Amino acid sequence: MGFLDITNVTKSYGNVEVLHKVDVEVQEGEFLVLVGPSGCGKSTLLNMIAGLEDITSGDISINGRVVSGVHPSKRNIAMVFQSYALYPNMTVGQNMTFGLEMHGVPKPEREKALADVSKLLQIEQLLDRKPGQLSGGQRQRVAMGRALVRDPDVFLFDEPLSNLDAKLRVDMRTEIKKLHEQLKTTVVYVTHDQIEALTLSTRIAVMNGGYIQQLGTPREIYDTPANIFVATFMGSPAMNIVPAKIKVDNGVVFAELTDAEGQPKLLRTVQSNLAAWDGREILLGIRPEAITDPDGADRKSTHLERLDNRITVTEPAGSDTFVTMTLGGRDVIGRMRADADAAAGQMFEFAINMEKAVAFDPQTEDRIRPD
Amino acid sequence: MSVATQDTAISTGKITRALIYLVLLLFALFYLLPLFVMVANSLKPLDEITGGNMLALPQTWTIEPWLAAWSTAQIGVEPTGLRPYFINSILMVVPAVAISTILGAINGYILTKWRFKGDNILFGLMLFSCFIPFQIVLIPMATVLGKIGLAGSIPGLILVHVVYGVGFTTLYYRNYYAAVPSELVRAAMIDGAGFFRIFWRILLPLSGPITVVSVIWQFTNVWNDFLFGASFGGTSQPMTVALNNLVQSSTGVKEYNVHFAGAILAALPTLIVYIVAGRYFVRGLMAGSVKG
Ligand SMILES: Nc1ncnc2c1ncn2[C@@H]1O[C@H](COP(=O)(O)OP(=O)(O)O)[C@@H](O)[C@H]1O
Ligand SMILES: [Mg+2]
Repeated sequence: MGFLDITNVTKSYGNVEVLHKVDVEVQEGEFLVLVGPSGCGKSTLLNMIAGLEDITSGDISINGRVVSGVHPSKRNIAMVFQSYALYPNMTVGQNMTFGLEMHGVPKPEREKALADVSKLLQIEQLLDRKPGQLSGGQRQRVAMGRALVRDPDVFLFDEPLSNLDAKLRVDMRTEIKKLHEQLKTTVVYVTHDQIEALTLSTRIAVMNGGYIQQLGTPREIYDTPANIFVATFMGSPAMNIVPAKIKVDNGVVFAELTDAEGQPKLLRTVQSNLAAWDGREILLGIRPEAITDPDGADRKSTHLERLDNRITVTEPAGSDTFVTMTLGGRDVIGRMRADADAAAGQMFEFAINMEKAVAFDPQTEDRIRPD
Repeated sequence: MSVATQDTAISTGKITRALIYLVLLLFALFYLLPLFVMVANSLKPLDEITGGNMLALPQTWTIEPWLAAWSTAQIGVEPTGLRPYFINSILMVVPAVAISTILGAINGYILTKWRFKGDNILFGLMLFSCFIPFQIVLIPMATVLGKIGLAGSIPGLILVHVVYGVGFTTLYYRNYYAAVPSELVRAAMIDGAGFFRIFWRILLPLSGPITVVSVIWQFTNVWNDFLFGASFGGTSQPMTVALNNLVQSSTGVKEYNVHFAGAILAALPTLIVYIVAGRYFVRGLMAGSVKG
């Protein structure tokens, strides 16, 4: 039993099921991020936790209490919306204390909570302004402040940063993380931005098409994705997925893939149970940072494979240079050091960290787990 | 070269501008002419009108026609002036406008923020009511008013105007509230506000501009209505019916100056509503656009 339990929850609109038997257990103080492409049902799930949408079947309980049928205001949750949903006719101060007022909290206590939170968020000088007179970042803070004064069991965030410009988004991200580390309140946070998910969360639920594809820590999600969807959705640039054929030679398992000229190349894999796939096709997943110039390779890796191949494109990006080559008939991106001697059209010796490579079943697209 | 072009651009700008102003001025004069005729003639003794030029200013200025129209002129058979009918109209128009506007606001609120099965059909039917001609409902309406005992009374007229107006006011508020994000209502629900509290504290304070539109529309329609007033007014007829009785009276000489004064009196309230509320209307629109 967790602090927030979502058990076997489904949601249908008419006869269209948009969420299918979702199970998540959130411990007290956790920062759970629901991430997935637009339309995958993240907001729907969050709204069901908030009580803004009915649950079609299944149960949600918060702090040991089943909340089906409990009014949103009585679930002891607070929510921050993408549009901030600040009441335009009220001042910032009134916005933040409206919930307390509706809950019958006496005025002195409201003032105290307002003073504490506005100090915490450094918005004391804004309290008498109307939302219309605030910048985007300030509105965002006020929206968070309105949630904070309630001192809820669970914070619910629905894409709270997606209306901010890139720079502010990064700043506010750090700020939210700091706040969570300070307050240790349970958070469920919805985003379609995988970087936000990886940086903020203690655990991530990757969703697609109304299913939870994988639930795990950011490291688990990133290093051992459950399937090709998770592998390519999380991480930027996306994980390279290359068709390869398994060849076992003297007990050593190789993945054979074709280079830019169509010549077969062998990469030794670390995953011994792939021997069962001898002679068959798999999909090999290699993150761009596992494909480097030899000097930039991870020195701790025990399985660095060398591969000569022709470079198609180089994209200097300041701190790194991204290099594209053709492998297995697909474009594959590697991340070189900025001063690596890579030029388009030339042959180049790549170092591939096979410790970090993962294998997928081409039929089911699920990961082939090591034993 | 570039300087020369700029010069021409500025001078053409000036010429166009002058032309536009000239045309606008002509239009304004054209529209003001009838008002001028009415005001001028309402301030003349009758013999100046019958004797001569309608377009001339009065030679002897008098407010007698106004006083007569207000309190002594013959309306039908009684020499009461328009005053009692003016009061009837006020007693009818204020509650009718207030009730239909409030109902429209609540309807709009429900139809956008508390959606239910069949809400669009219901709204469609209410919209349909905007297109029903008055004449069609006269007889059924008379039956209903008779049955509920409101025939020939001001409350009866109020009811008729509310029923007729609520389709329009619902349309206004529904479209206005449709643009208000539903997340506001959701946030207020989580904050613990109930149905009426959300309406009163969140939606209504945002409704200035649309309320002005609704009030102007309803006031003008109810005040200017003749058919319902004549059909259902009974002994409490509104201003429009009285004005007709004043102007159409077949006995004695036609006192055109009194008629003009009476007509202006009948038009004055709507004029005032336009002038006063119209200003707030523009202000409300500006505030909304700045708020974003
Ligand atoms: N009121 C509704 N009626 C019908 N379908 C809906 C409704 N709300 C959401 N959906 C559908 O449910 C799915 C999930 O929506 P949502 O939870 O908003 O996605 P996300 O937040 O992940 O972008 C979408 O396919 C959407 O079209
Ligand atoms: Mg969403």
